[in-house]
Amino acid sequence: MSASAWETVIGLETHVQLGTVSKMFCGCSTTFGAPPNTNVCPVCLGLPGALPVPNERAIQLAVRAAVALNCTVHPRSVFARKNYFYPDLPKGYQISQYDQPLATAGHLSFLSPDRGVVRAGIIRVHVEEDAGKSLHDRFPRATAVDLNRAGVPLIEIVTEPDFRSPQEARAYLLTLKQVLQYVGVSECDMEKGSLRVDANVSIRKAGSTALGVKCEVKNINAFSYVEKALTVERDRQVAEVERGGTITQSTMLYNSKTNTVRLQRSKEESKDYRYFPEPDLPPLVLSPEWIAEQQGVLPELPATKRERFVSQYGLNQQDAGVLTAERAVADYYESVVHAGAEPKSAANWVMGEVLGDAKDHQEQLRVPASSLAGIIALVKGGTVSNQGAKKVFAEVAAKGGDPRTVAEALGVIQVADTGILAQWVEEVVTAHPAEAARFKGGETKLMAFFVGQVMKTSKGKADPKAAPKLLEERLAK
Amino acid sequence: MTEVEALASAKATATRLGKAKRLNALLTPTTVVRKSLLAQAKEAHPSGVLYGMPVALKDNICTLEFPTTCGSKLLEAYQSPYEATVVTKLKDAGALIAGKANLDEFAMGSSTEHSGFGRVLNPVDRTRVPGGSSGGSAALVGAGAVPAALGSETGGSVRQPAAFCGVVGIKPTYGRVSRYGLVAFGSSLDQIGVLGRSVHDAARVLSVISGRDPRDSTCENRDPLRLPTVPERLEGFVIGIPKEYFPVDLNPGVRRACDRAIRALKDLGAAVRDVSLPHTPYAIPTYYVIAPAEASSNLARFDGVRYGNRADGVTTLAELYRQTRGTGFGPEVQRRILVGTYVLSSGYYDAYYKKAQQMRALLAQDFRNVFDRGVDLIFTPTTPTTAFKAGERTKDPVSMYLADCFTAPANLTGVPAMSLPIGRVKGLPVGGQFIGQPFLEDDMIEAAYALERAIDGTEEA
Repeated sequence: MSASAWETVIGLETHVQLGTVSKMFCGCSTTFGAPPNTNVCPVCLGLPGALPVPNERAIQLAVRAAVALNCTVHPRSVFARKNYFYPDLPKGYQISQYDQPLATAGHLSFLSPDRGVVRAGIIRVHVEEDAGKSLHDRFPRATAVDLNRAGVPLIEIVTEPDFRSPQEARAYLLTLKQVLQYVGVSECDMEKGSLRVDANVSIRKAGSTALGVKCEVKNINAFSYVEKALTVERDRQVAEVERGGTITQSTMLYNSKTNTVRLQRSKEESKDYRYFPEPDLPPLVLSPEWIAEQQGVLPELPATKRERFVSQYGLNQQDAGVLTAERAVADYYESVVHAGAEPKSAANWVMGEVLGDAKDHQEQLRVPASSLAGIIALVKGGTVSNQGAKKVFAEVAAKGGDPRTVAEALGVIQVADTGILAQWVEEVVTAHPAEAARFKGGETKLMAFFVGQVMKTSKGKADPKAAPKLLEERLAK
Repeated sequence: MTEVEALASAKATATRLGKAKRLNALLTPTTVVRKSLLAQAKEAHPSGVLYGMPVALKDNICTLEFPTTCGSKLLEAYQSPYEATVVTKLKDAGALIAGKANLDEFAMGSSTEHSGFGRVLNPVDRTRVPGGSSGGSAALVGAGAVPAALGSETGGSVRQPAAFCGVVGIKPTYGRVSRYGLVAFGSSLDQIGVLGRSVHDAARVLSVISGRDPRDSTCENRDPLRLPTVPERLEGFVIGIPKEYFPVDLNPGVRRACDRAIRALKDLGAAVRDVSLPHTPYAIPTYYVIAPAEASSNLARFDGVRYGNRADGVTTLAELYRQTRGTGFGPEVQRRILVGTYVLSSGYYDAYYKKAQQMRALLAQDFRNVFDRGVDLIFTPTTPTTAFKAGERTKDPVSMYLADCFTAPANLTGVPAMSLPIGRVKGLPVGGQFIGQPFLEDDMIEAAYALERAIDGTEEA
């Protein structure tokens, strides 16, 4: 297949669940995994006569997401009804936004595997409510409906067709997820459905600037399927065109088990949603001052933080990237540095011991930042060896406690006292007369051997920096 | 009123409702109402301003005591698990809920002949319609079974039946009364209104049900309406008479009754002025785009999946929808859903829905122009004719729709309006309409108080 003769063009529509306690238009809980149809009320059940009331917290989070994505937030936006029939859509329409969305014209930069830093255009961010869930496999020959999810607040983020490969689409999504998690807008957990993505895929002759006919790919349920699903669709289109066929606008469903796509519906069968302004809700009016306030409370975003870590702490891009991948880790790293640790050592400790320990313990950062700074200080001062410090870290992680006290209890304090060191040196030199003779004969590289023996004899307590001096003096005799 | 008197009121109401049974105005069985009224009388708040007062409710207002059918076979046994805000407010004021009144299915109609549970008879002349869609509420008040009833308006459904049955009907400003628990028809037009045997009865019930409700985003954050005192004179009032509401083919009896009312207003000291509302003829076409558009969406939820009657023996989802809705909805409801779906469709939206919204803005501007020039109130006939014969217009929907030509403008523009009896023509009641400025219902009610005292509303014009 001559895939290289073709350029892939991808645009993404991402639905992100806002991290609110209650639903978009009622007070019901948004808790995931509750028994079916327990988080419901007349409003989210769409009972006759019930009316929606917007959740202010959801609007606030949506605006924060929009400003984090560099969008223009509109002081006046309009809710609209998207009409279609489906059993898990209790009102027969979804309250969304249509021709006057909350925010437009933003962008998000991400690192492309092929093109370096790429700025993806964000066409719009709008607020809407989620539908319920249809369960087709619970009862034989019947579909069950769970409306716990109905009315959960979402934002939809629509990009320009700015991605040139499935890999880029994935890189953008990971960056988007990182930004939204930083801002505290959403958990962005694809497996729990708090982040869902639909992709518009088209192909064109390499070098062409016109857009090809696009197909929408739905049902991509995990980050790990993004590349696969888009690659399958891209390959399908290339094969179709190379066979002499044409692409017709359609919606394709991805099946992760078979790694294939199948036609869900063609354009002719596409639904007419009959959008019109939601008469149950006045236009959403936000004061410019309030919007500016939301911008003001935004935390430093990952890209900015990464650059700052490079310039402020002298870290390389890669380490800065690892440390800023999650806001909690970045904050932790900075606390360690602020507690007095040398930035580079702190970085190595956080990327090594801290993240390793977190991985085994539900992402918890178990050692307080001040304690880690204390451990690093013990190493720097020569009180504890690196090996000893790791033992101290593990102990503090498991049981807590002051690092020095723990180090003493573990017996890993290094001895720099010349009197005690001299005894170990004497023991070692006496025990290895042959090596001592060779050293005296000019084989100075044997020093490492003697230091090792001193460490061994002292059971690691000897200060490896103080030992060579004493050894040299003793061997010179 | 004492508890004993409240119980007596409950019993007497049940008896009167029983006597009015032949009108088919009440959907709740008399025995059920009697039992409920007695229970309510024992529990009612004696300190409430409506203590012991029976109020019937149009059956598109959700109640816990009785099913809420909307006059539709589809919701024949639907029991709401919650009650409308207006119902809670009535109960808090000590009122007794006197059952559910018949209506055109989902409030769509102008004669209450489109109910899934049979037509309602006009208490003045049983061969004639009571108007609609709040025909059951108007008939119960007209028959003297209750002093007041709640109705709902989308295009005149309180004022038009009030005029046909010889009672008072008030449609408050859009946003004055909470719609929470009113089954939606045209959400941007719907407003709960009151029918009463007198201006005072209607006004005091309106005062109780009005005011803010955090559950309805379109309900204004305002205190309840304060009742004006009954004025001796109307000096200082400027009342506009719009020529578009007095066309050459206006029923001569209706014209005579209006002329007499206008003379009475002048005698009371009001300044009467000719005004123009030039876009009035477009109100009905505009209304019959917007109301069906919103209805087609509002009624989508009645799909047989979660509640209401569901078609039996279907095997596919599409069939479930088609059968449930095709057999559950009556022909007028189906007609409006079809029209509404059409005008919102891709390619037709701009030509119909968008145009209608533009016309709606022009209609609102008409009213502003008049009120900005020092006019306090507008006076018109409520309807172009008196109550028509049952069956007379059912085969011609457009002639039925034209029964709302003088009432729909207030719904399209949100302004308050009310109808009160101003005389009779060949024994049939004629309604006169006041149209007021937004949230100035008190001015409108004050003028109505004075006019009600100045003329005999039951006298032949």
